[in-house]
Amino acid sequence: MADKKIKVALAGNPNSGKSTLFNRLTGLTQKIANFPGVTVEKKSGIFEFGGKTFELLDLPGTYSLYPKTPEEWITTAVLCDESDPSFPDLTLIVADSTNIKRSVFFATQVADLGRPCILVLNMADMLDGRGEEIDVAEASKLLSIPVVLVNAIDGHGFESLKELMTGAVQPASVVFNQVPESATALVKLIRNDLPKLTDYAAFQIIMDPGVKAPISENTRSRIDALRSADGFSAMKIQSAETLSRYEKVAALVPQIVRKKHASGSDYRKITSKLDDILIHPITGYLAFLFVMFVMFQAVFAWASAPMELIDSFFAWCGSQVEGAMPAGVFRDLIVNGILAGLGGVVIFIPQIALLFFFITILEDTGYMARVSFMMDKLLRRYGLNGRSVIPMISGVACAVPAILSARTIANRKERLITMFVTPLMSCSARLPVYTLLIALVIPDDRVFGFLNMQGLVLMGLYLIGFIAAILSAWVMKHMLKSQERSFFIMELPVYRLPRWRNVLQVILDKISVFVFEAGKVIVAISIILWALASYGPGDEFEQIEKQMEQVDVSDPHAYTVLASEKLKWSYAGRLGSAIEPVLEPLGFDWKIGIALVTSFAAREVFVGTMSTIYSVDGGEEDVMTIREKMRAEINPSNGKPRYDLPTGIGLMLFYAFALQCMSTLAVMKRESGGWRWPILQFAYMGFLAYFSALLVHLAMG
Amino acid sequence: MGAGNQCLGCVSVGQSAYIESFTDEFVELKMLEMGVVPGELVVVERIAPSGDPIAIRVSDSLIGVRKEEASKIQVKQAER
Repeated sequence: MADKKIKVALAGNPNSGKSTLFNRLTGLTQKIANFPGVTVEKKSGIFEFGGKTFELLDLPGTYSLYPKTPEEWITTAVLCDESDPSFPDLTLIVADSTNIKRSVFFATQVADLGRPCILVLNMADMLDGRGEEIDVAEASKLLSIPVVLVNAIDGHGFESLKELMTGAVQPASVVFNQVPESATALVKLIRNDLPKLTDYAAFQIIMDPGVKAPISENTRSRIDALRSADGFSAMKIQSAETLSRYEKVAALVPQIVRKKHASGSDYRKITSKLDDILIHPITGYLAFLFVMFVMFQAVFAWASAPMELIDSFFAWCGSQVEGAMPAGVFRDLIVNGILAGLGGVVIFIPQIALLFFFITILEDTGYMARVSFMMDKLLRRYGLNGRSVIPMISGVACAVPAILSARTIANRKERLITMFVTPLMSCSARLPVYTLLIALVIPDDRVFGFLNMQGLVLMGLYLIGFIAAILSAWVMKHMLKSQERSFFIMELPVYRLPRWRNVLQVILDKISVFVFEAGKVIVAISIILWALASYGPGDEFEQIEKQMEQVDVSDPHAYTVLASEKLKWSYAGRLGSAIEPVLEPLGFDWKIGIALVTSFAAREVFVGTMSTIYSVDGGEEDVMTIREKMRAEINPSNGKPRYDLPTGIGLMLFYAFALQCMSTLAVMKRESGGWRWPILQFAYMGFLAYFSALLVHLAMG
Repeated sequence: MGAGNQCLGCVSVGQSAYIESFTDEFVELKMLEMGVVPGELVVVERIAPSGDPIAIRVSDSLIGVRKEEASKIQVKQAER
């Protein structure tokens, strides 16, 4: 077994520090994929120690081997079914030492499966404040499995853990809890088929029809017969098994946790003091608003510098390519198709990274659980769940990772509603569009002497997105039928300082989701749009191309004017003109039509398209000029400026509501398991966008 | 013995009680695995500003549960 990888699974309760342990063992070399056939994240990493190679698999957190969500189902399947490709050679049971009873309960379940496992007691240092300590030797003796104390944050105890892992770990020699009597006959039968299993492992096969162990047809039909028999209740058996196990655990815990000295500074007291403020009827909400305010301020203040840097970097790359390559279609494709597309993806990374930096800190410290707790009642009324808070706040960065984070919602209806309304939250890509339009139609005045009008409108747009999300959720709540129970049972962990490694890791994960999920679609669409904008049917297009070839290089403006003409007669331009009749009632013209079409790659493409349409020599860099040119545009039907207040506001609302994002549609398809929901979502948001713009135009125009 | 049985949803904030039984299997299974087992002392530690959910402390964990779920948990008032 010299060069064979040792498969190690990490299992444990949520909040037990599993990810921190995982990160510490594997460093930053982890791989994220999905478990085959289900949308459950599969995080794995490789590390070496003592001449052996370990492949570490992070299993979804669970409180027991009885699964209730798709995530927990994976944990049970991997641990109980030896035919599963991820079936581990060794299981590390990560336990929160400050919550010893519950951790040991799960540990004994895993130990009873009869496979090699190690109990890793994490956060043991936190017991100190309570004046307690854990007797490792006693714990190991009583549970008959190796036990090790670690601190995943500072790495304390990791050497012993790795040492243990390289040795030959024996399975538990004692059965902790016998299987309930009602199941013993069947357990015997299963063990005839699979003699390597322990009673408890066989019992899990009976309890979970989802565990697809290779047992004979006959045994399987016997299981099915038992399960469907009168008086059989899986729930009753499960409850009885859980209770008898807890009884034994409760008797065992006092033998391994010792009182050391009088308790000192208990972290639970600090948590309680903080909760007095953070879950308070007045200061609780104020604190939440304050946190959100700081987050947005920081994101806007800190993201602009790196974004400009990225922008100029891609502009520089473009000019380098233009200098190095001969003019032609290929160069044009690279500069205006591929580089522009890549730039359009990378430009969002600072904002998304910063937003997730804050969101992850809020999650890691334990604050987000409090926000879910406080918001549950409000959100429940609208068909959502306290757990919808994280997807919805993340939606302000990017809907793609936000939709993925809805996986923690167990109820399918609530999860679907959350995913459906999340794209209504104004994401980073809308911001450049808002900024341009606000500067165009909203005067830079002060209200009440200190509030900036433009800032207020921007805030209003974010608020409108949120309100639309909530109201849409409410409508869906009444339209979707579901027999599934809605519940909110969520642990409120003790507050702690953010674990920076975790924060960094999560930011990297989110960015990679954005780059690889959203990014590839954005680049692909960008190339398609480049083709649509660079080619056109008919004579007009050809003539402009000829003129462009002959234009005097010393007159760049003549060139930009022609470029604008060219766009007008290109396929994209024709498409814009074709949809003009539909947009006419909103006060939009074919130029806006083109921008709406090109915005399907990423909404911020609006700005670049406008700069081409209005022949701005400096391209999208020159926002001032774009704005002035747009301001000068006259609506021929009434002789007034095209971008008056109603059109500007209409356009902002259109961008606030419309689902102009192929990446969101793609992720939605995967997460909801088909095209039905993304299509509905697209149609619904398009409807909202169109009619709100129409309404504004009719009311104000 | 102290006061008679009542549901956890009716216990006011700051009061403690002992878990007796569950009147709903779904809630029962969910609570059992989190260590909320009969005989345990439970303290209703907090209530959300909007009046629901409540936060209960059982052994070492603080768990947020809706009142609806808490009403499926029968408790016996702890003696004062």
